[in-house]
Amino acid sequence: MEIEKQIQRLQDRLSYIRDIFGPKDNPNRQLLEARLGEFLARGNGLSLAEQVRQVTQLEDLFRFLEKKLDAELTPMDRVRIVRHPQRMCLKDILENVYDNYSEIGGQDEYSIDPSMLIARAYISRRVGKKVHNQPVMVIGQEKGHGQEFRNGGSVKPWGNDKALKYMRVAQTENIPIHAFIFTPGAYPVEDYPGAAQQIARNLYEMAGLTVPIVAVFSEGGSGGAEAIGLADYRLMLSHGYYSVISPEGAAAIEGKTRQGQRVAPELIEACARQLKMTAADNKAMGYVDQVIQEPPLGARPDDYEFFKLLRGELIRATNQVILSVRGLKFFRAMALSRKSKAAAAAVDPESVFVRWSIGSGPRELLAWRRWIKFRGLAQAAYLDRRTTAQKIFSIGQDLAWSLNSFFRYEFLGKHRKKLERFVEEMEAEARVVKDKVAAPVVKIGRRLGVGGNSQLAEAERDSLTKLSNPEAGTCLTDESWAYLSPRARTDRAVTCPNAATHGCLDLWAPDLFGDFAGVCSHCGHHFPMEYEWYLYNVFDQASIHEFNREIEAGNPLSYPGFDQKLAEAKEKTGLKSACMTFEARINGLNLVVALLAAPFRGGTVGAAEGEKFIRAVERAKKKHYPLLAYVHGTAGIRIQEGVNGVIQMPRCTMAVRNYIEAGGLYLVLYDTNSYAGPVASFLGCSPYQFAIRSANIGFAGPGVIKETTGIDIPPDYHLAHQALTRGHIQGIWDRREARKNIYQALLTMGGRNLYYR
Amino acid sequence: MLNVRELLQSIKDSPYELIEISAPHTGVVTFAVTEPGARVSGPSGSLLEKPGTQLAILERERNKKPLSAPQKGVIEAVRTELSGTFVEAGTPLLTIRHYLTADEVVDRILKKALYLFLAPERAKYYFVPEVDKKIKAGGSRSVRLTDGQELFIMSRMKREATLAYSGPEGQIYSVYFRVNENVDTGQPLIGVCPGEQLPLVQEVVAKVRSEWGEAR
Repeated sequence: MEIEKQIQRLQDRLSYIRDIFGPKDNPNRQLLEARLGEFLARGNGLSLAEQVRQVTQLEDLFRFLEKKLDAELTPMDRVRIVRHPQRMCLKDILENVYDNYSEIGGQDEYSIDPSMLIARAYISRRVGKKVHNQPVMVIGQEKGHGQEFRNGGSVKPWGNDKALKYMRVAQTENIPIHAFIFTPGAYPVEDYPGAAQQIARNLYEMAGLTVPIVAVFSEGGSGGAEAIGLADYRLMLSHGYYSVISPEGAAAIEGKTRQGQRVAPELIEACARQLKMTAADNKAMGYVDQVIQEPPLGARPDDYEFFKLLRGELIRATNQVILSVRGLKFFRAMALSRKSKAAAAAVDPESVFVRWSIGSGPRELLAWRRWIKFRGLAQAAYLDRRTTAQKIFSIGQDLAWSLNSFFRYEFLGKHRKKLERFVEEMEAEARVVKDKVAAPVVKIGRRLGVGGNSQLAEAERDSLTKLSNPEAGTCLTDESWAYLSPRARTDRAVTCPNAATHGCLDLWAPDLFGDFAGVCSHCGHHFPMEYEWYLYNVFDQASIHEFNREIEAGNPLSYPGFDQKLAEAKEKTGLKSACMTFEARINGLNLVVALLAAPFRGGTVGAAEGEKFIRAVERAKKKHYPLLAYVHGTAGIRIQEGVNGVIQMPRCTMAVRNYIEAGGLYLVLYDTNSYAGPVASFLGCSPYQFAIRSANIGFAGPGVIKETTGIDIPPDYHLAHQALTRGHIQGIWDRREARKNIYQALLTMGGRNLYYR
Repeated sequence: MLNVRELLQSIKDSPYELIEISAPHTGVVTFAVTEPGARVSGPSGSLLEKPGTQLAILERERNKKPLSAPQKGVIEAVRTELSGTFVEAGTPLLTIRHYLTADEVVDRILKKALYLFLAPERAKYYFVPEVDKKIKAGGSRSVRLTDGQELFIMSRMKREATLAYSGPEGQIYSVYFRVNENVDTGQPLIGVCPGEQLPLVQEVVAKVRSEWGEAR
């Protein structure tokens, strides 16, 4: 019986190799096929002893050739490895890495989302004479060896919501989180809580979690990975991938294929290579902290040595994160430091004990260190064309603002506020006393017909009771717009898309794009407008002061042909990146604005855009200004920048969180089309998101939804009104009233510091 | 009394509908389809989001507006002499011969033969107990209706009211609502077949369903 099992295992290994390497000719694979075939053909004729000898020989050969094949793996082969049903999955890790666990909120297909697995687990170990049970919260996507209901690890919004809930539980219980990322991407549905908005919420929350988070990446597909991947320490399995998009998705975009068409396998291979998605690439770029070596051709459920290694590295990583924020650590930190590989290997991580619950001081420090870590990422991925003098000046300016902000709002501000509050309270007390004492006098006065409300000045009464009048400037006047769309200069008529259903009459372009500001005068349909329209018509005249213009979008992965495309975009739009940051005024109120312009490569966000956005947030924080993200349009993360782009999701979200926590007001205004990564992070996390009526908001476009879920979606699926119905945004504004509404929002919304008042 | 057989015969004699496409407004017309006999298709896709075959383009003030086929069919006639000229609103441009499908034929027959009793407001509807018992015992066609007879219980937000039938006498031919589901205002609740036509209607409908050629 034993020998048959061994033979079966060899056959499995061979079929696994066939799956991984696909139809390509490979001499090593052919050799294995031939030798196993020969043995099977002779098979039963041999004596048992001879069979055992030959099987042992075959096993050695397999081991040897698997190692050889491992060296030949292309990035696409690695993608096939992580997606293979024989790859180990989260349940295997729970069984083999942790000593005990209970799954929370799920039993196979009976779960709100079987692709998201939560478990409370223990790591028990004996250090010295004592046995320590250290609890952790395990959160991760479960692929379940190809079980259909697991959806391949593609998590629905409510699955990510569940993950968020248990991250909060871990925070309450003060235990570390181990996140395991096994996902090809999030499941793109807009139903509440919404794919994009939920990922944004997760990122926002994780940015401020005060317990250690250690993430392990096996298959890190874009937004789905980020939903649980914002960690203090990021481990990556050597055969995994971490990428902005699946190679197939990238190839479909590159090859400009239409829905349903097949992409050439060579193009997919090429895209997988160009996206630099392997563990080694990500380690080199700094997006993962450490790579864990897997056995040849990837870890499978019976690779027990690998699980032991993973356990050690998880313990080491968790210890390290905690020691980085705690006082007493000297020797243990030294022992865990990985500066010298040999020295590190000599120390068994299980033998070093660190308590995994931490006090309140270090907990605050933890979130701060996480921010510092992410702030430093992707610095080489954009072009900074500032001269050294400019850079020094900018550092000096930053410093000055910081000092000013500290003295004005922290140091003096606190005392002034205290004093103001004290005076306010005293005045209120005094008023009560005065009213009481004066009451009899007032009563007598009233009876005699003196005093009371009749004394209210007539002008004042008028101002309170009469409707506003045009002389006061509150009614629409005939003023024309400061900026006219170039389309207003064409002599032609335009048909409203709603004409068939609403009976709209054709509009003359100069009327429509001029006086009507791109709004159908019959049904109110908003035609998309250029971003310049807002620059001139929303903000006070000549109040815009752009900064950080010299930070330019680059081509960090040397993606073939992309330099030229970027140069074209820069030439065409006159912008240096899709993000434009400036200070401006509305009715005299200062604010910082970050604008994502759709004409520049679809408004995609890469390293330059992320960096500019973060700097704008920091500027708003230092100068105590409100922050407006005006999203003219964004198609998502720029895929040609690979992980350099994806990493902007957590980076920008953390910056936003710091700003909001410091009391800032962060408004988001969507226009035209806003999709994917940016909506699923730094835009979607805002508590105040508004849309101009022309907006389409969502996670994935109709083509991608059809491709991944097979669901036909109605044409109005992403309209702003649908987003409002689903609870993703907080309001819809008419374009012609954008200025008034932003001003109104600035006056009525915001955190505890409305600095501009 | 309606002669169902005659109606069917008349449909059989001309088993198609002629759809006239005329200019929705003034403009210069250019035909995309010029040959009579060309096949065109109507809107498609699961949500009918893809427009039908383009028939012509009407240009007014440099605004080109495509006209597309509203139904599947064959072009019967194209007024090619108008191509490139300015036409008034309402000028007939082409005709499409649309062959009726079995469903459309049944629809036409039932529309003529049945009386539809419509829901007066959005609510859940039930038959009154006596009628309900009869339907459960002998099927809906065992119920004979007279004008003014109490027939439905209309239930909305826990308030209930009885609703009387008004219309010609006859038998219930089909029931269009389901228990516990809301019916919108103006949706048919039941179809009533007046007089003794019931077996005849049934026979004709069955015949159409089995014999009508869809291939055309």
